[in-house]
Amino acid sequence: MELLSNLALGFGVALTPLTLTLAVIGCFLGTIIGALPGLGPSNGVAILIPITFSLGLDATAALVLLTSVYYGAMYGGRISSILLNIPGDEPAMMTTLDGYPMAKAGRAGDALVISGVASFVGALLATIALAMVAPYLARIAYKFGPAEYFALYALAFATLGGMASNNQAKAALASFIGLAIALIGLDNNSGFYRFTGGNLHLADGIDFLVAIVGLFAVSEVFVFIETHGKSSAVGVKLGKVTIPWAEMWSTRWTMLRSSAVGFIAGVLPGAGASLGSFMTYMMEKGIAGDKGGFGTGVAKGVAAPEAGNNAAAGGALVPMLTLGVPGSGTTAVLLAVLMTLNITPGPTLFADRPEVVWGLIASLLIANFVLLAMNVPMVKIFVKILTVPPAVLLPGVTMVSFVGIYSLSGSYFDLVLMIVFGVMGYVFRKMDIPTVPVILGILLGYQMENNLRHAMTLSDGDWTYLFSSPIAAVLWIAAATGFIAPMFLRGLLKRPPTPESAIED
Amino acid sequence: MIRTDRIFGVVVILVALAFIASAYNLPAGNMFDKLGPKVFPIIVGIGMAASAAAMIVRPDAEPDWPAMKSLAALVFATVVMIAYAYMLRPFGFLVPTAIVAAILSYQIDPKPARAALIGVGLSAGLYVVFKYALGLGLVALPRALMG
Repeated sequence: MELLSNLALGFGVALTPLTLTLAVIGCFLGTIIGALPGLGPSNGVAILIPITFSLGLDATAALVLLTSVYYGAMYGGRISSILLNIPGDEPAMMTTLDGYPMAKAGRAGDALVISGVASFVGALLATIALAMVAPYLARIAYKFGPAEYFALYALAFATLGGMASNNQAKAALASFIGLAIALIGLDNNSGFYRFTGGNLHLADGIDFLVAIVGLFAVSEVFVFIETHGKSSAVGVKLGKVTIPWAEMWSTRWTMLRSSAVGFIAGVLPGAGASLGSFMTYMMEKGIAGDKGGFGTGVAKGVAAPEAGNNAAAGGALVPMLTLGVPGSGTTAVLLAVLMTLNITPGPTLFADRPEVVWGLIASLLIANFVLLAMNVPMVKIFVKILTVPPAVLLPGVTMVSFVGIYSLSGSYFDLVLMIVFGVMGYVFRKMDIPTVPVILGILLGYQMENNLRHAMTLSDGDWTYLFSSPIAAVLWIAAATGFIAPMFLRGLLKRPPTPESAIED
Repeated sequence: MIRTDRIFGVVVILVALAFIASAYNLPAGNMFDKLGPKVFPIIVGIGMAASAAAMIVRPDAEPDWPAMKSLAALVFATVVMIAYAYMLRPFGFLVPTAIVAAILSYQIDPKPARAALIGVGLSAGLYVVFKYALGLGLVALPRALMG
C-alpha cells in the first residue's frame, strides 16, 4: 500500500504539463543521441547538463528531462546496431549480433519493432522493481556510518575499475587521478587551500561538469578527426514497418528472463548495462542451444540483449539513489546531475525529498510509454536522423559543449580546462586507461575523504575501526573480490571487442 | 624498447611525488579532525605512484598511435579550440563559432566548400536555438561593433 501511495505522490509531481513536455523532449533527444554512433548515454547526458542548468529548471524538472534522455539513449542505441552493424553505444553492442543479420535479410523493420518492445519490457519491469527494492535498500543504508560509507566507495571504485579496463593497474590509476583532482581547491574542514599552485581559478576546485564534458564529449571529436568518421550512415533504407505479433509473442519468456537478469546486473556496482546485455545474450543462446540459430538473425537474439540492457539501466539507478554510489558511467553522470542540483543521494533522500524520488520514478514510467510510441510506430524518423554525417554532428557537439560550459561559469579558464580534459580523455582511451573511474573519483573524492576523516576522529585514530563492523567487513571483501576476480575471469569470459566510437555505458 | 606505458608511468610518479610533497606541508590534524587535510591526499598520492609503478613493471602492448599527419591534425584541432576559448568573449559568438566549426568539420571530412557551409550553418542555427529557444545570454558580434 505504501508503494501505491508513494507512486500517487510521484505521479502528482510528474503529471504536470511542464514535466510531461520535458519527458517527451528528453525521450526524443535521448533516442537520437543513443542512435547516433559516437554519442551514447553518458556523453549525451553530459553535454546536456550545463545547458539544462542554464535554463533554470527546478530540481524535479531537470531530473525528469535528463533521465528521459538517459532512458531514451538506452532505447536508441539499438537502431544503429541493427541498421549499420555499429552499436550506437556500448550496451547495444550485443544487439548487432542478430540485429544486423536480420536487417541484411530485409527484416530491419521486424528487428526494430521486436527490440523496441523488448526495451520497453525490460525498462518497465526494471522501473517497477526499482520502485519496490529501493525503499528497502534505503532503510538498510540508514545503518551505514562513515566507516561503512568509506568501504562502500572503495567497493564502487574496485568493481567499476575492475570491469572497465583490461589492466587493473590502469583502472586503479584512473581512480586515484580522479580522487587527486577532487582534492584540488579549498578544504572545507580546515580552511586551507590545497594543490592550487596559487592559481585563483583553482581555489574553488575543478567543477566536475567541466571534467565530464571534456572527457566524454570533447575527446570524441579527437577520435573522429583521427578516423575521419568512418561510420557514416548514408544509404540506409528501411521498408514498411509492420508488427510481427506472432514472432514477438514467441520471445515473451526471453524478454522476461532477460529483464530479471539485466536488472540484477544493473544493481551490482560496476557491472552496468553492457554486462547486462552480454549476460542475457549468452544465457538465451545457451538455453536455445544450437537449434536456436543465435547469430544468424533470430528474434530472440535481439530481444534478449535489449531487454537486458534496458533493465540494467533501471537497476543501476538503485545503488545510485539509495547509496549515492553509481553503478556505471552513465549513472555517474546522473549523480553529477543530482549533486549540481544540491540533492544528496542516499537513504535520507527517500525520507527528506520523497517528491524528487517518486517524481523521478513516476516520470520514468511515463517515459517508457512515450519511448515505446516513439520507437515503434515513429522509428522511421530516427532512421532519417541517423544519416547526419559526422562532419556536421561532431562540430555541433563540440560547440554545444563550449556554450554549455561557458554559460555555467562565463570563464575562459573552464573552457581551456575542458579542452585539457578532452585531450586527456583521448590519450587515456588510446592507452586503455578507463575514464569512468576518473569521473567517479572527482565526484566521490570529497565525500570519501570526509567519511574517512570522520571515521578516524570517531575512533581516535584507530585504523582498524574501518574494518570493525560486519557491514564494512563484507563491503571490503566484496571490493577485493570485485577488483581481483576480473583478472581470472578475463581468460574464461572473453568480452567482445569494444568499438572505438563507443564509450563504456 | 621504450614504451608509452613506461614514460607515462614515470611522469605520473613525478606528479604523485610533487602531490605528496605538497600535502606534507599542510598542517596536521587535531582533536576534532584527527587526520587533518594532509593524510588522505598522501594516501591518494601513494596509490597513484604505486599504480604507475605497476604500469612501468608490466606495460601493455604499445597503443595504436596515429601517424605524424593525424597527430599534427589533432594538435592543430587542440590549438584551434583553445584559441576559440579565448575569442568567445571579445569577438562574440557568431564569427569564431563559424570558423572553428568549419575547421573541425574540414578535419573530419576534408571537403572545403561543404565544411564552410556547415560552419556557418551550425553557428547561425545554434545561436538561434541558444538565444531564442533556450534564452541563454550570448553576445552575437564583437563588443566594439555592438557599441
